[in-house]
Amino acid sequence: MTFHYTRLANGLEILGESMPQSRSVAVGFFVQTGARNERPEEAGVSHFLEHMVFKGSERRTAWDVNRDFDAIGAHYNACTGEETTLYYAAVLPEYLFAALDILTDILRPSLRPEDFDTEKQVILEEIRMYEDQPAWSAYDEAVALFFGDHPLGHRILGTVESITALTRQQMLDYYRRRYLAGNIVVAVAGRLDWEATAAWLAEHCQHWPAGATPRRVTPVVSRPARKSVHRPQVNQEHMFLLTPAPPVESELRYAAEVLATILGDDTGSRLYWALIDTGRADSADMSYHEYQGAGAFFTYLCCEPADAAANLEITLETFRTAVRQGITEEEIRQAQSKLASRLVRGNERPQGRMRSLGYTWIYQHEYRSVDEELGRLRAVKREHLSQLLEQYNLLEPTIVALGPLAELAGTVFPAS
Amino acid sequence: MAENYQTTWANGLTLLVEEMPEVRTAAFALLVPAGHIYDPPQRLGTANVLSELVLRGAGPRDNRQIVLELDALGVDHSSQAGTFHMSFWGATIAENLVAALRIFADIVRRPHLPEKELAAVKELALGALDSLEDEPREKVLVELARHHYPPPLGNDYRGQAEHIEALTIEEVRQFYQRTFRPNGTIVSIAGRVSGAEMRGVVEELFADWPAQPDPQWQCGPEPSHSAHLKQATQQTQIGVAYDTVPFGQDDYYAARAAVAVLSGGMSSRLFTEVREKRGLCYAVWASYHSFKDRAAVFCYAGTTADRAQETLDVLLAELRRLPEGVSEDEVRRVQAGLKSALIMQQESASARAASLASDWYYLGRVRSLDEIQREIDTLTPQRITAHLQQYPPRHFTIVTLGPQPLRYTEPGTDPRGPR
Repeated sequence: MTFHYTRLANGLEILGESMPQSRSVAVGFFVQTGARNERPEEAGVSHFLEHMVFKGSERRTAWDVNRDFDAIGAHYNACTGEETTLYYAAVLPEYLFAALDILTDILRPSLRPEDFDTEKQVILEEIRMYEDQPAWSAYDEAVALFFGDHPLGHRILGTVESITALTRQQMLDYYRRRYLAGNIVVAVAGRLDWEATAAWLAEHCQHWPAGATPRRVTPVVSRPARKSVHRPQVNQEHMFLLTPAPPVESELRYAAEVLATILGDDTGSRLYWALIDTGRADSADMSYHEYQGAGAFFTYLCCEPADAAANLEITLETFRTAVRQGITEEEIRQAQSKLASRLVRGNERPQGRMRSLGYTWIYQHEYRSVDEELGRLRAVKREHLSQLLEQYNLLEPTIVALGPLAELAGTVFPAS
Repeated sequence: MAENYQTTWANGLTLLVEEMPEVRTAAFALLVPAGHIYDPPQRLGTANVLSELVLRGAGPRDNRQIVLELDALGVDHSSQAGTFHMSFWGATIAENLVAALRIFADIVRRPHLPEKELAAVKELALGALDSLEDEPREKVLVELARHHYPPPLGNDYRGQAEHIEALTIEEVRQFYQRTFRPNGTIVSIAGRVSGAEMRGVVEELFADWPAQPDPQWQCGPEPSHSAHLKQATQQTQIGVAYDTVPFGQDDYYAARAAVAVLSGGMSSRLFTEVREKRGLCYAVWASYHSFKDRAAVFCYAGTTADRAQETLDVLLAELRRLPEGVSEDEVRRVQAGLKSALIMQQESASARAASLASDWYYLGRVRSLDEIQREIDTLTPQRITAHLQQYPPRHFTIVTLGPQPLRYTEPGTDPRGPR
């Protein structure tokens, strides 16, 4: 495996890792913008714009975009997060330049008014689709409660109201503000000719507007809060517990991954033994979410409403035990084995490797091979877990319960 | 280039191996012919309960030791009661694969099936049924299969709550005794492994497993091919199904191509007509599903209640229009998509393990990549259109979920007509 890097005069960064054993190649354009970069009146614009990019450019209509991608058998899509909007395609090596031609073209979108109006309906359908899924509604409520007014509390999809009110001009302004070459990283991984790829990208992207608009990172001020959302038509009680966790820049992020695995992996974790093995809950899992300057552990529980209060108490007791008695060497080794296996498998194919390459560059400003990442994971020791549990309080979570219960009974859930 | 190995022992168990020296990982699929079709009619959900209970202690390990050992080996795994098979799937870094197989051999051959774990496992099975009610998209697809295929083929693996509540440990153990057997079991392994070594390991683990008679099951009556499930949701969920030819029949590649014309990429017909032109949906798709003797295309769309009628109308119009023909350009795009999926699949040990097992079950052999490539190359608009004229989408099963039922009987057409 070989790493390559170049930076164009306008600020666009291009990364490559050639994987000669692979049969395909994946390319991703990581635009460093997302829901946290939106102003209140443009909520949801990052994600809506991601859809509009596929609606075409001066050279291509929406139909042309779909046809051209499908004609080369590309596996392509895009995703919008709090901090990054990623456009990607995985193709057979002979179609890399064809894929680059489409992606670089559509990243200069026309935002035609008729497309804007049609796609607005699609976005509204997407919002309603998630509203019909209680787990997602609970997630949105929990994020809003935990992050409060902080930009990380923005809903990625926006709301029916914000999307309905959004204008093409607002989207264009956002695009001009955020889609600058210095905000974009291109990562290519797989079977590739680096010299030719870099030269092609230099030629076709050099005219992209220069400049960068680094994100202003403000601290998250989160006070533990609790909220019940009463939905009588929902069958199960869906609960989220959020607590602070290390930001993406922290070396403790590896320890945070290990902790979330020990406490809340979908098999063999402490919550698994307490709640799933015993049949008390249908879901009980914990995951670590990392952002610039902020982080959070998300714990999700889903169970029968009658068991909700007891299961919440078991979860809190699991957290208290972890803080009081710590984590064992054995648990750390188990979690490291699982995470190492997932890391290797996740990076084995070009598409997974391209993602790691891009995100590591954005957040760590460096290249890390899979073996280097494995080394950092294996370096996690008990003292790191202790430090993590001291610095990030697991014991005062922000809790949202959504479902048929008007409110959760019991002392663990006093009215906020 | 990948090497393939195949061995069938006297007891009827088959091993398929694909060596992939370029990867660091390995994956296996273990398919035991003990699917939920064998659920006693008054105990629907038995196979599902068993698929969890077999993991709760096997061979020298108790419940906790199994989980700890698999975790220590970094094995991501799952087990599921499918229609015909109970399938176990696992993947990890290659050097841990043999140790993982040893554990799964115990799980399949020497499970403890402890009574003390049954209550918790039943709770999980009941919880899964409850959770389904909060997932309208999944729910409509479950109901679509139930209304398209006769029981037990169309049954949902989760079974029925009152049956699970009544289930005893003896009944679960009887199900195990009756259905778990080597004849018809498929073990497939792909990744950085040696075929010769895997043959030795699987022989040691499974060759002395005695064969036993295949259990019987009976196909029930044709279901009613339409239903509306009333729910106060924002969106109406729409499911449409119709018959097509099964995997392994001459027309199989043409049938798959026809589904790809409908729903292969974003330039396919359903995405273009329903979402791109009209903005009716976020999600709309069609997919191919096959048993050995029958197969169907399942279509899905979810949309706001007041636009659901138009969505269904457009969807059905696209299905009815298919036999009018497909274009050269459409076929070229379908070929490109199939070819790239075929090649990219070879980068994934899990995908290859699944594909080996599926080929063996349906065809009794593993297709070479060259064979599949040749079949893709011979697709033409004429061939696909001829197939569609012989097997036009019709006799639709239609299931909807939402605040209001939809209309779909065209004048002079009975959607539930002769099948």
